[in-house]
Formats: sequence, structure tokens, C-alpha cells
Amino acid sequence: MSAIAFRLNGRPVTVEAGGGRMLLWVLRTDFSLTGSKYGCGSSLCGACTVVVDGEAVRSCELPLESVQGKDVTTIEGLEHGGRLHPLQQAFIDHGALQCGYCTPGMLMSAYALLKKRPGLGREAIAQAMEDHLCRCGAHGRILDAIAEVSAKGGRP
Amino acid sequence: MSAHGLDRREFLGVLGGGIVVFVSLGPSSLDGQQPRLRYPEDLNAYLRIDEKGRVWIFSGKIEMGQGVMTSQAQMAAEELGVPLSSIEMVLGDTDQCPWDMGTFGSMTTRMFGPALRAAAAEGRAVLTGLASKKLGVSPDALVVENGVVYVRADRSKKVSYAQLAQGKKISRLVDGKAVLRATRDFTVMGQSPKRMDARAKVTGHAEYAGDVRLPGMLYARILRPRAHGATLTSVDVSAARALPGVTVVQQDDLVAVLHADPEAAGRALMDIKAEWQTPPAAVDQDSIFDYLVQRAPAPAVRLMKGDPTAARAAAARVFESTYRSGYRAHAPMEPHTAVAEMKDGRMTVWASTQTPFPARDAIARALGLPATDVRVITPFVGGGFGGKSSGRQALEAARLARITGKPVQVAWTRGEEFFYDAFDPASEVKLASAVDASGRIVLWDYQVYCAGDRGTELFYDIPSAAIRTYGSWGGGAGANGHLFAVGAWRAPGANTNVFAAESQVDIMAAAAGIDPLEFRLRNTSDARMRRVLQAAAGAFGWKAAPGPSGAGRGVACGIDAGSYVALMAEVAVDRKTGHVQVKRVVAAQDMGTIVNPDGARMQMEGCVTMGLGYVFSEEVRFHGGEILDRNFGTYHLPRFSWVPRIETVLVKNDEVAPQGGGEPTIVPMGAVVANAIFDATGARLYRLPMTPERVLAALPPKA
Repeated sequence: MSAIAFRLNGRPVTVEAGGGRMLLWVLRTDFSLTGSKYGCGSSLCGACTVVVDGEAVRSCELPLESVQGKDVTTIEGLEHGGRLHPLQQAFIDHGALQCGYCTPGMLMSAYALLKKRPGLGREAIAQAMEDHLCRCGAHGRILDAIAEVSAKGGRP
Repeated sequence: MSAHGLDRREFLGVLGGGIVVFVSLGPSSLDGQQPRLRYPEDLNAYLRIDEKGRVWIFSGKIEMGQGVMTSQAQMAAEELGVPLSSIEMVLGDTDQCPWDMGTFGSMTTRMFGPALRAAAAEGRAVLTGLASKKLGVSPDALVVENGVVYVRADRSKKVSYAQLAQGKKISRLVDGKAVLRATRDFTVMGQSPKRMDARAKVTGHAEYAGDVRLPGMLYARILRPRAHGATLTSVDVSAARALPGVTVVQQDDLVAVLHADPEAAGRALMDIKAEWQTPPAAVDQDSIFDYLVQRAPAPAVRLMKGDPTAARAAAARVFESTYRSGYRAHAPMEPHTAVAEMKDGRMTVWASTQTPFPARDAIARALGLPATDVRVITPFVGGGFGGKSSGRQALEAARLARITGKPVQVAWTRGEEFFYDAFDPASEVKLASAVDASGRIVLWDYQVYCAGDRGTELFYDIPSAAIRTYGSWGGGAGANGHLFAVGAWRAPGANTNVFAAESQVDIMAAAAGIDPLEFRLRNTSDARMRRVLQAAAGAFGWKAAPGPSGAGRGVACGIDAGSYVALMAEVAVDRKTGHVQVKRVVAAQDMGTIVNPDGARMQMEGCVTMGLGYVFSEEVRFHGGEILDRNFGTYHLPRFSWVPRIETVLVKNDEVAPQGGGEPTIVPMGAVVANAIFDATGARLYRLPMTPERVLAALPPKA
């Protein structure tokens, strides 16, 4: 057993864990942060996406050890003091979700994307989001929502 | 106790004070759902107005993305005369909600909607009656607005629903005779409020079955065969059993490992040594069609009119085509998941299911419990599309919870999801048709294998026609020769049938040298179909030209779930790679009275986008009972780059009650793209999906 320490949604946390654990299951099991979803287990769908030190990563295949000392943000950390992030509000406004299962991953990728590359246009956003799957077919509205926030500069 | 659930008195005991309205429209109102079963309960829908004026709607339907949480609330709010914000929805809980066969077939709005609206309309009548006594005026002199009953002539005299419900414990069983509000008076229906589930879904707080956390819960992994039809010849669980914290269950066909940590359970599963005997593979995704046709049951004659034999003999030219569609997976983003807990002699199961009541009954039967001792609760479902109707995972969780005496989660991996999915079946259509010199269709001889009759409804005015169906889309493993389970996939069978029918119509239009839109209009007198075709043409800017025009645009139309839909698409075909890009789709739909226009558009857009998958890539490959596509690396779903500009046109038709909206737009997707590819290149595709290889193979040789 070793202790892995990192910041989770702004708060320092420590996990006592043996090897071989993936971040997704630590989040869902040890912290009951169930917003990050299992969809494929092979980094193919994006439902488990979280942000680690500003990068969107697939947590289903991310060894826990690799977040030692890092800053992890999950969907639960996107809202601040009951105030939605502009991306979350835009998803609501555009009806950019149906079943909602891919939504947390979509939002976390979009969040990291716009932080790194503010002002990105719809086409470029579509390219960046290409490896996120949505089965309900909300793609067009997801792009509209992200593009709107991007055009406004990302923050209110 | 009634046969299938709590009786009304028990409901009331649970519910506490306020006013409860039940509606009983009789079994006939739900006949469309399941003709095999007699409707077992004496109520179709009910709602409660509590002492704070909150309105609780109890519905056996579930929310899997289609937006019925919001649309049902709108229907109830409209009829009751309350703001949408005062509605609380309780969905898919077998202890609390009226019996329901399941959420499928675009039936929530058209079948359950009338019962719900009737209950709410009766609720308004009950409350108005109470207000009339309280205010001392006749009910006719009252008006309801936002949950407050006013005297029309003197609005200072008023009483709120909350005040009326105060200290009351009234239950009314009513007969559904209260007058529903007229479309022209709608203030909540016909509007597009934001989805009621949206905030929970963007914050990560929306609870799905796999998010349920119970103290002491174990995560189970179950030993699975390599292939369908394989039998277990030996199993050794000793290594797994030796691992710390692992519980091993071996009972009949169920071999499972459980652990408080899901990954530890997964590792323990790898330590089970199992030998399987797998029958030799006889068939794959290419040879399956002949295999199924050879094994097809006798046909059911769905239509026989005129004299098809004579029409065929008289025709100058008969167009004969065979259309094929491969197996398609549902691939919802959330795999099947359930959490089960046995407590005080009752089994409670939280399950991702489209059919909570049948799942409850199946669990009760398997565990030998009375149905009243089983409760299925359906949290948000992460996509269904017909695939979450079996409830196998709920049964597995319930069995394991009972055996271990602990709460148990069964969450299928993506590989298990692909393995146990009841695929949309491989299917084939043989079609012979003819057209006369004036461009009128004179013969339609339609035979379909393994897809059933949905989508075969004839809306063209054809004097001689026969429609025969050999088997249908449903059935467990082994049904109609399939090697694995097949079942309902968004608009079951209709995607195959409309692909065939509307491709065939296009073939005849081109041969007759007539613009494909004009050809359709010439051959149908169905007013609703003509309207959606013309609406689509207007929005698309359709320019008449016989195909192939080179422009790469196509048209196709169909009827599904009581709705009429016409699609037009524009494609670009890369002749070097066979890659097809859909640039634009216009969808015009007449779905009767529209409850939520934006919700309807979301479903239409979703249909177009999801449809691109079965159009271009989705086909499950298999070798005998072994499923080769087990994840998204080889089974390709539509992606952002595939999505065209989508324009939706809602064709107003308030004369017709609300019809289905979740499925209709997907059914013409195969044909509209096939017809557009033909228009672009002259190549005709007869098999779905239209992969780049198949498009290349169909392209005419370069001159």
C-alpha cells in the first residue's frame, strides 16, 4: 500500500491504495464522485473524462499513481458555489443532452479545450471533440453550446 | 393486494395527505402496448396534489434521454392549470407508479399521454368543485390559473390548490370523461421549456443505476462464455477464492466473483479457469442472409390487394431487388447495470431498464417471491433504443444479492454489453415492382425476412400489391435461426423496411425518367404524406430533375408510430475512397399535436445522427456464436465530423392527437442516403451499412 496525494476539485486528498487502480474507479468508489462514467473501459468513448493539470484525460485507463501531486477536476468540480459554469448553462440552454450519460465527459473535455484554446470556432471544436461518443445524437447542439461559450470568451 | 402491485388503499397510506386522482380508462387504452396481457390494474395513471400545492405525477414510463420527464409534466401541468415548476415526477418505480408494459414504441405520448391528461383534467375538475363549495359560486364561474382558482367576475375571491388540499385526504377514481383543454388554449403544452433533467445531467448529479451506493455493497463480475451456444465443461475457482476479500458464487449457470472494489472483482474474474465447448461456426455476417432465408418460418400475409400475378405478367418491365441489413447493436453509452438489495424479506433492484414492471415480475418468478415483495426502481437510464428491455442484469444482481445477503452491483462491461445485446436482426427484403407508361406504380410484391411489418404500410396508391412477412424482429437466441438474441432497435424493423421500399421507389422513378419527388407525389393521394413531402421540398429548395442528376440529393419518406416523415439529404461521394459525407438533411414531420416542439426537434436530430451509424458503419461482425465487435474500436458510432447540417420542419397538424416522436425520423435514413448516393453517382446500394468498400464496389466503372 502506498499513499497517493492529489488535489481533487480543489481539495487535498490522500488515497491509500495498492497498485493497479485506475482513477475512474477511485473517484466513483472511494469518493462516491459518480459523475464520471464508465462507458467502454478502453479510452474510446470519453464518458470518463476528467481534467488533470489542465489536460482532459480518460480516467478509465489512468493509473491512480499518475495523478500524484496533481490537480484533478471532475464534473462535480465545475460548478462553483451553486453557480453553473457557462458551459453547463450553455448545455442546458441549447438542449445539448438527452440521456446525459456522455454529458460529464463532453463538458470536461470542452472545459479543458476552451481553457487552452479560447475563442475556438465550431469546426475546430468539432475536430477536438471527435473522439467523444454520444449515442443519442446530440452532437449538433453540443457543438452549438460549446461554440457559444467559446465566442463569449469562456467565462461570464 | 392486487395481482401485480399495491392496491389503491395502500398507495394512499404511503402517500399521506392531499388529493389523489386515479384514472381508469379501461384495458383498451393500453392494448396497443401488449395484446398478450390483460391490463392487470384498475388504474392507468394517477397524480397527487399535496398540501403544499406540489403536484406529484406517478408514471411507469422511464427517462432514457427521450425527454418524457418534461413532456409528461407539461401534459399534466396543462390540464391541471399549474405552472410546470410545481410538478414532481416519479418515474419507473414499481412500488409507486401504475403498471406499465415498458417504455418503447414511441408510445409514452400517444398511449400513456391520454391517460395522464385525463387524470389531470379530472384533478382540475375535483379542485374546481372544492373551490366552488369554498367560494360559494358555481364551478362555471371559476377560472384556474397557475394553481389558483379565481372567481372570474371578482378575482379578489380566490383559493389556491394548496389551500384546497390542506387537511384533505381525498381519492377519486374517475372515468376519463373530463374535457381536455383545446389546443388553442394551451399555455404549457406546445411550449419548449428547458428539460427538467438538464441541471442534474450537466452537474454530474443525475443518478444512474451504477451510481447507487449502498453500505456494504459488493461489485460482481460474472463468468461469461466465449461464444453464444458454448457450454461450460470445467471451472476452477480456487485461485479466485483464495484472494483476500473475494466472495465466489457458484450456483447452476451462475459463476461470479464479488468484491468491495470493482477492479478487484475484475482481477478475481481473470483468476477463474474455465473451459468451454463451442459449437463449430456455421455462419458469419456475410453468409447469414441466405442462412436466415432458408430457415424462415411460413409467411404472414399482411396485405393482398388486386391481382399481383396478373400485374406482373402484364408489366413491360418488373424491377426485382434484394435489400439486406446486418445486425445492429444498440450500444447505449451506459451499459446494462443494476444494484440489488434484499432487506426485511423484500428485494429492491435499481436497474437501467426500459421495462421496470416486467423486470420486477421476472425477478419475482426467478427468486420464487411474490411480485409484491419485489420493487424495481428505475433511475435515469443512459440510453436504451430498445436494448434495455430484457432485464437480464437486474436478475443477475437480484440473484447475487439473495445468495450473498449483501447489496450487489452488476455493471456490464462494454464487452458484455455487445455480447448480450439483443441486436436488431440481420434481415432481407425481396421486392418486385412495376410502373406503367404514365409513371404510376402498378405492382408491389414485398417479402421481408426477420424484420416484421413495421414500416411496410403502403401509402402509395398501387392497384395490385402483396406484403408478406417471414418471421419478425424479435425473439431470444435461436429465434428464426439467429445465433444470438435479437430484439427491438429504435423503430424495430422499420429501418430495414423503409430502406428497401423507398430505394425501390427511387429505382422506378429513375427508370421512368421522373423526378423522385414528383414520382412520389404522383403515386400517393395520402394528404399527410403529400404535406410532409412538400414541406421538406420547400425547406430544402428541391429542384426537380430525374435521377441521377449528379447533384447528390435524395428524398425518402415513411410512416412510423402514427407520424409522417419526409427526409431530403445532400451528399458528397469521394469516388477514390468510397467515403460519403452527408452535408445536409432536411426532416419534415407531422406528428399530430406537438407537446414540446424543441423536444420533438431534439428527437428528430437524434434520429438523423444516430441513423448515420446504421447507414454507414454499424454492422456486428461474428463468427458463429462468437461476437467479434466488442467495443467502439471496431464498432463505429457516428462522430462529430459525420454530422450534417440538420434542419427540422414541424408540420402543424392539431387535428390529430399527439403521435410518436422518438423514432419516426430515423426510418427513412437508409433510403434517403442511398438515393442521394445514386443521384450523385448512379450507383445503387442494396445493403446496409453502406461502407466505403461497398460504395466503391457499387460505383460504375469510369468511362
